[in-house]
Amino acid sequence: MKFVDLHLCVPWKDEGQAGRLIAKSAELGYSQIGVPLQPSIKPEVVNQMRLLCDESSLDFVTRLDLAPRTPGELLAGLRRFRRSFEVVSVFCSSKVVARQAAKDRRVDLLCFQSFDPQKSFFDRAEAELASASGAALELDMAQALSSLEGRSGVGLFTRLRREVAVAKSFDVPIIFSSGASQPLLLRKPQDYAALAFLFDVEASFALEALTMNPAAVVERNRKKLSADYVAPGVRVIKEA
Amino acid sequence: MKAFTRLVRRRYLALRVDCEEPPDSSAVSEAVWNAVLRLFGEVGASQAGLYLVKYDEKKRLGVLRCSHKALPMVRAAIASITRIGNAPAAVHVIRVSGTLKALSRKTAITS
Repeated sequence: MKFVDLHLCVPWKDEGQAGRLIAKSAELGYSQIGVPLQPSIKPEVVNQMRLLCDESSLDFVTRLDLAPRTPGELLAGLRRFRRSFEVVSVFCSSKVVARQAAKDRRVDLLCFQSFDPQKSFFDRAEAELASASGAALELDMAQALSSLEGRSGVGLFTRLRREVAVAKSFDVPIIFSSGASQPLLLRKPQDYAALAFLFDVEASFALEALTMNPAAVVERNRKKLSADYVAPGVRVIKEA
Repeated sequence: MKAFTRLVRRRYLALRVDCEEPPDSSAVSEAVWNAVLRLFGEVGASQAGLYLVKYDEKKRLGVLRCSHKALPMVRAAIASITRIGNAPAAVHVIRVSGTLKALSRKTAITS
């Protein structure tokens, strides 16, 4: 089984820490990692990170995290950077941004990082749009790990349980990512699947969220970004 | 004659502790107990049948026993551990088995 972690927050400015995090990820059984990068990152840094991943036999996936304040900002960001990154995630801080992100086919992952139930925008309407556009719901496990105690934990589980139920009813793929920036926040994929038991996700479904669903996003986008891609279902086989 | 069956089926979990400073067995046991209590309360903890069978401080490997029905609960609680004592830590489940003998055979933990 090929485990994928699409959100490993590698500190690319600190090579030592980056190497430790990547090595730990490989040790825990992941074979593909997505690293969020700044749009302005230099190609040399990306190549250096790719080399670090190659040393640990990890497949490196470039990822862009967009956190737009308005739908216009989101569209501008997508227009400018979509073709430079293999995975694009959007942090939805408002309802209008969430709706725009869910209906745009260029968006791969939708992230909602709020413990406030009033700011939980992944409802049935959002799921319907996401289901039609092929966007997936990403759940960061580091966020869950760091806020398990007290009322914040209760709020988090309530939100996650509701979001998972809504996503399931509209066939929106769910992706579990580590979101870890330190080796001690990383867990084995099976441990993340066990943690998902806390918000009523059965083991087989949780394993899909760590294997098939993220792998499908990467594969789809790599095909789209390849030189021979023309349109969905159309690609160049041979040039005359 | 009725075949011998255990009243409570058990599961043995091989654990590896990741921590900056190696914790002792009581600290590991307390961390697991606290995680189960925090997530599932006293009723959940009473059903789990937790017992740290052994812990090698040098190798940071341990064996935890629990009831087979409580396995998903215990695994979730173990994954949720972020501190042991005051130090940041992570506890990974290496393997789960129905007997100590099989667990020793499959992992580096010697009986």
